Amino acid sequence: MTALVLDQLRKSYAVAGQAALHGLSLAVESGSLTALLGPSGSGKTTTMKLIAGLIAPDSGDIRLGDRSIRDLPPERRGVAMVFQNPLLFPHLTVAGNVGFGLRMRGLASDRIAASVAEMLERVRLTDLAQRKPAQLSGGQAQRAALARALILRPEVLLLDEPLSSLDPGLRDEMRQLIRALQRETGITTIVVTHDQTEAVALADRIALLLDGRLAQYDSPQAFYGRPATMAVARFFGGVNFIPGTARAGIFDGALGTLTLPPGLPEGPGVLTIRPEALRFGEGPNPRAAQIVALSFLGSLTRVDLDLMGVPLQALVTPDTARTLGPGTEVQVSLPPEALWLLPPDA
Amino acid sequence: MRPDRLRLLAALALASFLILPLLPLAIWSFAHGWRFPDLLPQVWSLKAWSYALGPRSGVLQSLGVTTGIALATTILAALVGIPAGRALGQYRFRGKGLVTLLLLAPAFLPGIAVVFGLHGIFLRLGLVGTVPGVILAHLIPVLPYMVLVMAAVFSRLDPDFEAQARCLGATAWQTFRNVTLPAILPGLMTAALFAFLVSWSQYLLTLAIGGGRVQTLPLLLFGFSSAGRNDITGAIALLYILPGLLVILLTARQITGRGAALAIGLRP
Repeated sequence: MTALVLDQLRKSYAVAGQAALHGLSLAVESGSLTALLGPSGSGKTTTMKLIAGLIAPDSGDIRLGDRSIRDLPPERRGVAMVFQNPLLFPHLTVAGNVGFGLRMRGLASDRIAASVAEMLERVRLTDLAQRKPAQLSGGQAQRAALARALILRPEVLLLDEPLSSLDPGLRDEMRQLIRALQRETGITTIVVTHDQTEAVALADRIALLLDGRLAQYDSPQAFYGRPATMAVARFFGGVNFIPGTARAGIFDGALGTLTLPPGLPEGPGVLTIRPEALRFGEGPNPRAAQIVALSFLGSLTRVDLDLMGVPLQALVTPDTARTLGPGTEVQVSLPPEALWLLPPDA
Repeated sequence: MRPDRLRLLAALALASFLILPLLPLAIWSFAHGWRFPDLLPQVWSLKAWSYALGPRSGVLQSLGVTTGIALATTILAALVGIPAGRALGQYRFRGKGLVTLLLLAPAFLPGIAVVFGLHGIFLRLGLVGTVPGVILAHLIPVLPYMVLVMAAVFSRLDPDFEAQARCLGATAWQTFRNVTLPAILPGLMTAALFAFLVSWSQYLLTLAIGGGRVQTLPLLLFGFSSAGRNDITGAIALLYILPGLLVILLTARQITGRGAALAIGLRP
């Protein structure tokens, strides 16, 4: 079931510096955690503000279930948003902040107190309920801001870069909390992020925005194994691109003929293989390669290769890296199941 | 010891500067005649006070009129000053510099230069000699203070707080009431205080637009002073400075603390 539908959303700004949208369409599944991913200037924040109702689209529609929320004010959309900055109201306590939305709905104060206590328990802020926001750490403030939105049980929860203002050590903790709370409550959640690894670690589905358009909406795995375009592949760290033509399960290009996995389209295209999928040693689609350089990256080592004049990159574990030396000749294999065909770049 | 004594000296100097000029007024109000070579009056009396506070002097009625006008002016100034301050403090628009200058103009221009033109306009509108007319006239010198203080307050207010409140289900009014107002309140109090006192101390505008029919305290005070009634003048003068003194004492913390820092656009 789809919860939120963005239909051909367009938004342009008179003043430069704000990212425009050029007809964005997206159908977010109910109860899913979707990451809205994109580089800065791709229109993520614009999309978020359009869903929240803080700005209006030039054209297109926004639907929640079967009703259009396009012309509703923010408070009547059933959408709650947590900004990048926690924005806790400074004159209220933590408990006062968390209960804010329920108070605005006019709930009885004993019911609000009960909900707030339960919510604070969930985000482990019970002891700090009577503190003022100025007395909280960054992580605590972020958790309070999350609780303040979740307590409303919105139909859609929007989180704008929830981890970016946190210290690296706190990010993992916050990520797990978001994940756990989302599973528990089943609230359709959209997380805006510019960080590809964060999106992969957090989300069920990723919507990649490039240049004000939806580039791909898919599972995190698909972005690595089956990217839709070269731009998508590049955003997810794809580096190996070989132009050529696919016909009858065979790809013909600068690397000679390679066996393709079944089910790929025919015709001109660009062959790609993830750097971590390249194998060293004997195997299918074998090629002789010259090692140009080895670069230590920490947990992995990058290997720059020259295959018949085509530069390729591989990522290998330390064990494999120890067996390789710059300038030496090695045997590599391009396993068919790791090959993927992209449309020729426009 | 030394800094303490210095502080005491400074306090004394300040106190004498502020309080000494008031002393003769206070003495006059309790004197039954006070002739030149005498250091203090020979005979004391409560006559001036009983007259001033009695029904015949019109002081109590005038106190009510002055307070009413000052309160109404302050409230109207706040109603205009809050949105205007937001526009100047948060939005960027063409002609902002000109608008600021025009708003500031009444603070620079001498009142006497505009009061005659104003009188003509108000006469045609039937506002001369009326309390609403006087309130409108008082808004001219009061608004610049209100708008400028509120502009400084709003320029320091992150508009995302309001967007956040809307995204948590608060209507526009609820957002103003529960998020914006608490944030701007210290600055608003400071601005209101200035607005009240500026209106309270208006003489010329009240005289011209009130046409003698709106008797505020300064007008009354001037009347008795011109008549040479130093004892009654002293009593009324003390009554006249009382509210200002009271308000300042009550909000001293506000003025010296965060509110004032906001008002002049400094970091608190």
